[in-house]
Parts: sequence; structure tokens; C-alpha cells
Amino acid sequence: MSTDPFPILQPSRRLFAQAAAGAAAGMVLTACGPKRLYEVPRHNLKARIAEMEARYKEERHQNIKVSDAGPMPGVKFAYALDISRCIGCRRCVYACVGENNQSRDPQIHWIRVFSMEKEKGVDFTHADPYYNPQTVPEEGHFYVPVGCQQCDDPPCTKVCPTGATWKEKDGIVVVDYDWCIGCRYCMAACPYGARHFNWSEPTIPDAEVNTNTHYLGNRPRPKGVVEKCTFCIQRSRDGRYPACVEVCPVGARKFGNILDASSEIRYIIEHKRVLVLKEELNTVPSFFYFYAT
Amino acid sequence: MRRRALPSVFVLSGLVLLAADGIKPPSAPAGAERLEVGPPPFSDGIFPCSACHASQPTNRTRRQLEAMHTEIVLQHDETHRWCLDCHDADNRDVLHLASGERVPFEESYRVCGQCHGEKYRDWRAGVHGRRTGSWNGAKSYLLCANCHNPHEPHFKAIAPKPAPKPPARSMK
Repeated sequence: MSTDPFPILQPSRRLFAQAAAGAAAGMVLTACGPKRLYEVPRHNLKARIAEMEARYKEERHQNIKVSDAGPMPGVKFAYALDISRCIGCRRCVYACVGENNQSRDPQIHWIRVFSMEKEKGVDFTHADPYYNPQTVPEEGHFYVPVGCQQCDDPPCTKVCPTGATWKEKDGIVVVDYDWCIGCRYCMAACPYGARHFNWSEPTIPDAEVNTNTHYLGNRPRPKGVVEKCTFCIQRSRDGRYPACVEVCPVGARKFGNILDASSEIRYIIEHKRVLVLKEELNTVPSFFYFYAT
Repeated sequence: MRRRALPSVFVLSGLVLLAADGIKPPSAPAGAERLEVGPPPFSDGIFPCSACHASQPTNRTRRQLEAMHTEIVLQHDETHRWCLDCHDADNRDVLHLASGERVPFEESYRVCGQCHGEKYRDWRAGVHGRRTGSWNGAKSYLLCANCHNPHEPHFKAIAPKPAPKPPARSMK
């Protein structure tokens, strides 16, 4: 035994016992330690949120209200965007940035609008997000805004090693910024490029911070975490339309409860030509594109 | 009488369109059905129309207007239509339908819906046009005329907001 060059591979009884005790202690400590937000019982959530608000007050000297509104029973959100109406004006992009406290520099946009050629149809290999003409729409072009598709079978949540992202009961895929370790596996897994990483400390002018926030949505984020569209969770769980819906000058954006047979979303799915992006990947998006004409 | 004053092409094409789509012609909405819409987009000081028209003789002859309203360019099936097809000659402060029924400017969507039946149906369902408010409660609609100039309804091109910054390579 004394000549064995790798004693660790043949552990002594003492070494094994020490390792086992250490592992057990680790498990106990983890179980008693901080919890992921989706595991926190609701009565503790209030306390966690009060801590968040106090921290924002101290760090940013702003009264940021953090909502803990949960999913409403009998509600599953869905979105529909009229490709035949969108004129590519990007009003939605900037309404989203303002509403959801996205970093101005480095620039983060949760919505990306692609200009496509009518001759080629919906084709992302010939799409241009940097189009910048004097006026839109441009002759021979149409526009496809892309954000999070809130998939029913989301590839992004499956790859998260820490359980920091998941799908809520009302269909919104959310991120727990306190548990995100910034590995960006979810960004690699998302087929829609809908997740965005804070490569450095996000900057938002104080006067432009939206102080009406939700703990799983638009509360200010730190450097090193991933963020994404949440259907404006701070608004939609309050019964309101997302900011992009209300700003769209051509009324191309529609939002509602897909379980409600009288909602405009159901009307669209039942009466219009509807498509989802990358259907073949079987991600089952809750975001539909349609042609009203 | 009113019907005779309308170009028959207009009435016929409207009926054909409605029949082809299987839609009932828009009827006076019941109280509960009335939609919450914003005020009509009048130009400053133009309403009430009767303020000027009350003291003027009514001329029902189709013609190019020269004394007033010259800023209005009609590009809306202008070969078949003119002012009094939608505006009421006897009560200048309202519009009228093909049936002769008078409709206030606040319900101008019923005038538009006579020809644009499919759009009217989609608009009532909340699919055509912008809605604000609550997805599960009170919603505000816009009148057709809030987005489309009724005399020139084609949507105008607008300037886009700035393009996103392409990723930059830092050459450190």
C-alpha cells in the first residue's frame, strides 16, 4: 500500500467517512440556506421583496415598488402580431426598453425587428435588423418583430444548471436574477435569440427608471445576469396590456388570455391565418404571427 | 329621397361586399354594445359645422369645392364619391348611412363599416386597430378616423426609431 502512487483512489476508511460527512453537511446547509424565488413560500416572499425594495432604496436612492403578483387562475397568456400591419417603426422596441428598465449602455433590446423582403417571405437568413431608411414601411419589405416566444416547451429553462429560470402557470417564462449565475446556457438554447446578457453594469438614467416593477420582471438587474421579455409581467398580472401593445401605432400587437373564448387572441387563432416561428423545433410558442388581410 | 341622391354604384358595391362576406349590414348598436371610443379628431375650430353652414344655402350638386375646405384632398374612391355621400346635407353636424339614418361623428365607424365590413368586424372584435386598457376589462378603442384620415385613408409612412447598435469588437 505504501508504494501506491495514487492513495486517493483507494481511500482509507477514515478518508471515506470524512468525505461522506462533508457531503451530508453540505446538503443540510443547502436545504436550510437561501431558496430560489419559486420555492419561497408566499408568506416569506413578502419579506424577501421588502428586502429588495430596501436594497434598491439604499443603492439607487429611489422608491422602487416591487410587485409579487402571482399568476391568475384560469389565465394563460398569449400574444399575436399582425405581420400584414407592422410597418417596422420600432416604437415597440423603445417602449419596451423604457417600461422594463433595459440597459441603455450597453444597449439591450428585448424586441428585435427584422426587415424582410416580400419576395422571399419569412426568411431569417435574409433578414436585416439594422434597416434605417427615412421612413417606413419600405417598398417591397415587411417586418417581423421577434422577442421571447414564451414557449410551452421552453428549451431555455431545461438547460439552466441552477434552476434560475422557469415557466410560470400563466405561461410566462421568467428569470430569478438572484440565482442566475450568468453561464448563458439558456441563451445558447433559445432558438429565437430572445435572451440578453448584462455584460456590464446596466445603465439607466435615474429619471427614466420605471419604478413600477415585478420581482420576476423589470426590477433593476445587476451585471452578469440574463434577462428577457416577460409579457410585461408587472402590467399583465395587473390586468393591463403590455407596453408594446399600447404603443403600436398600427395596432398590430394583440394580447390576451388564450383560455378565454371571447378574447381577441382566440378570435385571431380561430379566424385568421396564423403561424409560429420555427414550428419544427416543437417549442410550442405562445406567440403567434398572423395575417389579418 | 336621400337614397336617390346617392350614386347607385356606391350603394350597390356596398351591398355586394356585405353579401359576399356573409355579414349583416351594421345596424344601430344596442346600448350594451356601444363601444367606448375617443372623441372624433376634428380640426381646431371646425365643429360644429352648422356654425357656418346654418347661414348658407344647401347645394347638393356634386362639384369641386372652391370657397372652403380646399385643403381636403379626397383620395377615397373619389371617382364614385363626394362630400354628401357621408356628410348629411340637412344636419351638418352629423353623418349619414346609405339608408339615410343619421349617425353622430362619435359613431362614424358605422359609416365606414358599410363598405369595409370585414375590417369593421375585426375592429369590433379588437383585432383591427389599437386597443389600450385592460386585456380582461375595460378597453379603449379608437375611431377609424383617429388613424385613417377619412378623406385620404391610406396610412402615412413614418420615420422609424433608431436601429439597434451592431455588436462592436473592442480592439484592446
